[in-house]
Amino acid sequence: MLDQLPQFLITGVTVGSIYALVGLGFAIIYNASDVVNFAQGEFVMIGAMMAISLLTAGAPFLIALVLAAVCTVAVGLALEKFAVEPARGASVVTLIIITIGASILLRGIALLVWGKNFHAMPHFSGETPLHLGSATLLPQNLWVMGGTAVLVIAVRWFFGRTSVGKALLACSCNPTAAQLMGINVRRMLLLAYGLSALLGAVAGMLVAPITFTSYDAGVMLGLKGFSAAILGGMGNSMGAVAGGLLLGILESLGAGFVSSGYKDAIAFVVILLVLFFKPSGLFGRGSSERV
Amino acid sequence: MTRLLDVAGLAKSFGGVAALADVHFRVPAGVVYAVIGPNGAGKTTLFNILCGFYRPDEGAIHFGGEPLVGLAPHAVAAHGISRTFQNLQVFFNMTVLENVMVGCHLRSRTGLVTAALRLPPVLREERQVREWAREALAFCGLDHLDERPTSALPYGVLKRVEVARALASRPRLLLMDEPAAGLNDTETVEMRGLIRRICDSGVGVLLVEHNMELVMQVSDRVLVLEYGSVLAEGTPAQIQSDRRVIDAYLGGKIQYAVD
Amino acid sequence: MSRSVQALQGGVALWRGGARPGLLGLLLLAAVVVALPLLFPKNYFVTVVGVSVGFHVILAVSLNLLIGYAGQISLGHAAFFGLGAYSSAILTTRYDWNPWLAMLAGLAAVFLIASLISRPILRLRGHYLAMATLGFGIIVHIVMVQAVTFTGGPDGVSGIPGLALLGWSVRTDLHWYWVVAGVMLAVVWLSLNIVDSRTGRALRAVHGSEFAAEMMGIDTTRTKAQVFVLSALISALAGSLFAHQQGFVSPDSFSFFVSIELVTMVVLGGMASTYGAIFGAAALILLRAGLVVFHDYEMVILGAILMAIMIFLPQGLFVGLARGLRLALTRRREPAAASGDEVA
Repeated sequence: MLDQLPQFLITGVTVGSIYALVGLGFAIIYNASDVVNFAQGEFVMIGAMMAISLLTAGAPFLIALVLAAVCTVAVGLALEKFAVEPARGASVVTLIIITIGASILLRGIALLVWGKNFHAMPHFSGETPLHLGSATLLPQNLWVMGGTAVLVIAVRWFFGRTSVGKALLACSCNPTAAQLMGINVRRMLLLAYGLSALLGAVAGMLVAPITFTSYDAGVMLGLKGFSAAILGGMGNSMGAVAGGLLLGILESLGAGFVSSGYKDAIAFVVILLVLFFKPSGLFGRGSSERV
Repeated sequence: MTRLLDVAGLAKSFGGVAALADVHFRVPAGVVYAVIGPNGAGKTTLFNILCGFYRPDEGAIHFGGEPLVGLAPHAVAAHGISRTFQNLQVFFNMTVLENVMVGCHLRSRTGLVTAALRLPPVLREERQVREWAREALAFCGLDHLDERPTSALPYGVLKRVEVARALASRPRLLLMDEPAAGLNDTETVEMRGLIRRICDSGVGVLLVEHNMELVMQVSDRVLVLEYGSVLAEGTPAQIQSDRRVIDAYLGGKIQYAVD
Repeated sequence: MSRSVQALQGGVALWRGGARPGLLGLLLLAAVVVALPLLFPKNYFVTVVGVSVGFHVILAVSLNLLIGYAGQISLGHAAFFGLGAYSSAILTTRYDWNPWLAMLAGLAAVFLIASLISRPILRLRGHYLAMATLGFGIIVHIVMVQAVTFTGGPDGVSGIPGLALLGWSVRTDLHWYWVVAGVMLAVVWLSLNIVDSRTGRALRAVHGSEFAAEMMGIDTTRTKAQVFVLSALISALAGSLFAHQQGFVSPDSFSFFVSIELVTMVVLGGMASTYGAIFGAAALILLRAGLVVFHDYEMVILGAILMAIMIFLPQGLFVGLARGLRLALTRRREPAAASGDEVA
């Protein structure tokens, strides 16, 4: 059984990369607006479905991907503008229901447009398997891992080195102070949602060739991405990435060595364990309330 | 004079910063005892430790002879200590009367099951609790406010609602965290009168306050904290003339009329 | 203000707070419940949809105690509904237990589980609490689907026997209507009693300010745990009845979406209002029954409605409508003096 370990690890890192991107998207939105975006998984689904539709319609590969990403970003911006913005200052429960409502709405639209069928996307660079020792990889696995790595590095660079990125960080820490410094907080929020949507869309397109996608493929992904964010520590974007990878690997190992039926439960058991024993996650900072 | 509250060797650090270090003091029964000091002196930390929201690193607290360290806040309350808060903690989801009725929680006994079944003893107790709540409101001059939702009331009134709520539990010691904060002159005078009335009715008052005029006029004894340690302790007159206190906090020669 | 306006306002206030005068509302509700099958005899809509509304009202009212009054979010409550249902299902079909004993066993099991997880879970707040309850709900659901030998997997358990009470067996839709209606009225009565009592005030205090509640002598952790367990027990009871009424159970009835639906009912009606929860449950079930006509558009419309209500009427539809009604009535009397935001 142990000789299957490399295979499980490859699957784990692949799936984990997607969780990492979804979790990163969650973290960015949460940092910027204190909202847990239950519609995060839908960004992934929309990106994938749009890309597939455009490709089926005959659009050239790169154009299809870019257009799909742009559309998803538009959805993300719309979510911020029409759902989150009007509800500024609402209670946690209210915001949760709003994003859940958004998730249902987006899924409903997807159902109307694309029906209940599963859709597949062509692999980016062919389907000839590569062999790495005892493990088999598809080129798409490399696309996923590589694509994720590139995106994560880009996001890190964005927040660390660009003034826009730093402005967004400032908004996350203290919106009032940021506003006083001349930062347009509303624009920053739009940016956060747009960026999150972009990450989700790319994740969707990267993984769609490997896993089939359908109108409700986003639900579990969103929830597991959230689990990744919690595992890494809510508020820590790089933590979310690490959390995602770790979660993917745990899931794959669990499915391989224990039981594949229960693999979905792993993400939620992780949530419970983290929240019960170390709510600040692996890398998060705790906070206290002043009486 | 019997000792109500006995604090010895209290110390508390937060991440390496000592908020309180070796704090000793004793509060006799039946007095208004004020704790003053510059911001960061540790006053609110002290209060939170007394209430059980924080655990001290060292030290002991005895209330009427009973040890308090390690007790959860609701257990501390059960010993007869109640509190008002610096940043208003009124129950905005309830009316004024209901707020004060919560104050009677410790004096009533209805549990979940009996409440659900609404047995006759429950009804009797409800009427009793309402009475007690109305008494507390009347004591604070708020008896006309009864069923008013708290969300519509001005800040000064809400501060007194908090006092009524705290008094409804018939505490032996009332901790007041900056009762005059945010009040105008008239309201402050009213608050001063209320504090005096509370003390005269047999409830000890321990207050943290920045308004020096109020402190000097209403307190029987004053404790001065600086950087987490006790700087001085005495009557208002003694404190006002204490050189160390003046240098650290009061700033120069200021005389406050002592009634 | 005219007497009629005052009376109407009083009536509205009655409905809003579920306060002691709420007994009148309970009688009204009972009257409606009794009248419906008499006015529309042999009507599928009344009995079958009515039973569905009844179950959801029971669930919504019990969840409202937790979410609306105690202020704790639970996104996994369908799990308790399901645990009750599956206990009854498995014990009566596989082990031939007496349905009433099976129901008790189910309640005991849920009591144990809810008590065990209440302490660690209720230490969490806000989003963390939401996610923990979500996680719990999904784990239970996954077990329902995966533990095939025990739970029958995705197909669930069928052939659940009916209920018999002192010789009278509950057989027809109408019988079930009466049983569920009776339980529903009892649960509403219990909820109204709890809200307007020391316990209810303690719950609301916990919601209002945990610090202040503690200083008033309220053991906030224990209070939250109590209401969590109580609402879990009521849900489990509903689950057991549901199992017998349907004759079969499957994981679909207890998924994450059902949990969300339940929360939606509570929030839709307006939290911290028993009648609001009733309204929310009825509204959502009727809405879904109506939306079935739209087939594929159901999801889109549901999502849109949810968002619209939470954005524009966050205090809930019921409370929002009540307030709007009151404003409209007083405005007509004094159009010049009317101001934007009236105090409730």
